[in-house]
Amino acid sequence: MKVDAPVREHPMEGLLRMDRIPHIWCPTCGIGTALTAFASALEEQEVSPDSVSIVSGIGCTGRVAGYTKLDSYHTTHGRGIPFAVGLHLANPSLKVVVFSGDGDLVGIGGNHFIHAARRNVDITVVCVNNFLYAMTGGQVAATSPVTANTSTSPYGNFEQPFSLPLLAQSCGAVYVARWTALHIRRMTKAFGEALQKKGFSFVEVIAPCSTLYARRNKLGTGLDLMKFYHDNSEIRHGADPNDLDIGFQQKIVCGKFVDIEKPTFLDAMNDGYRRAFGDRYEEYGGAHA
Amino acid sequence: MKADPKGVLTGAHYIDGNYAIAEGALAAGCRFFGGYPITPSTEIAERFVQRAPLVGGVFIQMEDEMASMNAVLGASWGGVKSMTCTSGPGFSLMMENFGLGLMLETPCVLVNVQRGGPSTGLPTLPGQGDMMQARWGSHGDYEVIALAPDSPQEGFELAIDAFNLSETYRMPVLMMTDECVGHMTEKVVIPPAEEIDVEPRRYTKKPPAEFLPYAVGDDLVPDAPPPGKGYRFHVTGLTHDERGYPVINAEAQDKLVRRLVDKVKKNAKDIIRFEEMDTDGADVVVVSYGITSRVVQPAIEKAKKKGIKVGQIRLIVVWPFPEEKIRELAGRVKTLVVPELNLGQVVLEVERLSAGKCGVTPVTHAGGGVHDPEAIFQAIKEGVK
Repeated sequence: MKVDAPVREHPMEGLLRMDRIPHIWCPTCGIGTALTAFASALEEQEVSPDSVSIVSGIGCTGRVAGYTKLDSYHTTHGRGIPFAVGLHLANPSLKVVVFSGDGDLVGIGGNHFIHAARRNVDITVVCVNNFLYAMTGGQVAATSPVTANTSTSPYGNFEQPFSLPLLAQSCGAVYVARWTALHIRRMTKAFGEALQKKGFSFVEVIAPCSTLYARRNKLGTGLDLMKFYHDNSEIRHGADPNDLDIGFQQKIVCGKFVDIEKPTFLDAMNDGYRRAFGDRYEEYGGAHA
Repeated sequence: MKADPKGVLTGAHYIDGNYAIAEGALAAGCRFFGGYPITPSTEIAERFVQRAPLVGGVFIQMEDEMASMNAVLGASWGGVKSMTCTSGPGFSLMMENFGLGLMLETPCVLVNVQRGGPSTGLPTLPGQGDMMQARWGSHGDYEVIALAPDSPQEGFELAIDAFNLSETYRMPVLMMTDECVGHMTEKVVIPPAEEIDVEPRRYTKKPPAEFLPYAVGDDLVPDAPPPGKGYRFHVTGLTHDERGYPVINAEAQDKLVRRLVDKVKKNAKDIIRFEEMDTDGADVVVVSYGITSRVVQPAIEKAKKKGIKVGQIRLIVVWPFPEEKIRELAGRVKTLVVPELNLGQVVLEVERLSAGKCGVTPVTHAGGGVHDPEAIFQAIKEGVK
């Protein structure tokens, strides 16, 4: 029997590369949720998506740039941030977003993360944290909770993980928030605020990886992890970043932790050169023609 | 188009090779420098940042060389001519994203002021030991363009050429200089801006709906999308098709990698540059580049005084290599003498191309100084036999 179902446009069609669907992510993966929330936040922005660039590194979340219908750059492992720094400084009329995973941004790319935050470069960084290196098969990461089982910590992880909000705040980020893949509305709002923020804004999204993290740690399905987030996440806006550690299957504190004003790299550069050169210095607004 | 006068310091100057390269870059329109300090290249970054604020440029000292190279690529995609410089270990660290630049087809310039290696080696002393790393140092198959100035004046001029080549072929271009040329102070004449030709970015003229980021014409070079203008393009370090979308199979790999290689190989005649002196009727021809091409001069003069018919080839562009010229010389000379500040790198190309038709004599030196011209003279003398 032939059924003529009405063909409806995908609500995110304007911001997704529909010709690349189906995507590579596993069922119940949290990255798609984060991308959907990001696209929703973009739609609410006043600026045209034409002026937004998205940069990813390598990994499961690194594929986000490839599915997003913006000027999009899929770079090398860990190097999305410095690429974005160059893109933004050369052409500050662009809104530059780095969207990548925990292994990429704070493992191999950790040095770039801390220095971009220190300089308060006016970019937004979104880190989807699934607690391990997923693309390569589930290896231990700088974010894996202690005792978590991964393919390279088969007897349980014994290294202390980074707390990403603390890392971002202590390095100088002006906006820091953390939400889980369950908190779609709040995550979307955080993306919107981060995009509006002048300076280095950072949003961590705790996301389920059912194929590797949940399976290796016998945590059930992606749905079970969402239930876990529901029962174990606690919203505490303005919480002390020192209190945001994530233990294995322990409470996850979510919220907006930092929202402050500070001169950006380019503000400081313009001030510094004006001090040195006076009227001879023409304020830098981009070197592009 | 002609150079923007803002960046051109017209006049006669007494500056070193590193400063001259920075001036050449500014004259070429470079307005972004992502640097990381390393001896003996740092003066290029220092000169750039001294001049950048008043010419509308940006300098940022990045956290490491991986970051510098990536910031340079990002800036280029932002629509700005961009560069970095490095030496020794920094060149190794830049190889990862030099490859990304080749894969994304990103115009930019990377200057390597060579010092003695491997590892930390001789930070303050010259070498030419990175010539094969320049050719093969990033992973995978590709072709490069590498220029080797022999003086501060040529450093200035080749910096402009390097930017122009990078825009013409949409790829990172290497300047392979050395500590001697970098720190040698000589007269550098900078012409007026209207005498300097600069190549603009080859932006597409197609509207977004008709544009494919990696569609090419006869020259095999794709036109670039302007950033922020609604092209909504995708570029990736993964093997990709004309749309810039990843395609992970052997066919796509073959098509893409062969094109990246062919865009240099098939345009090689337009890229290759060398100086040829006294090779007519020569028994011996000395093939050299960079500082070594100046060190060979006393040896050649001495040989000529002794009645030896000796000519020379000075490579200005080392990669792509002047294959036809070396083949042609090999058919009519007794010996090609190849002195370099390494234990035999470019000489391997000379040996390959001479294919046994003439003798090939490497004159090796591990770096840390320059050759004793006498060693080169002895090789020339032996080459006549």
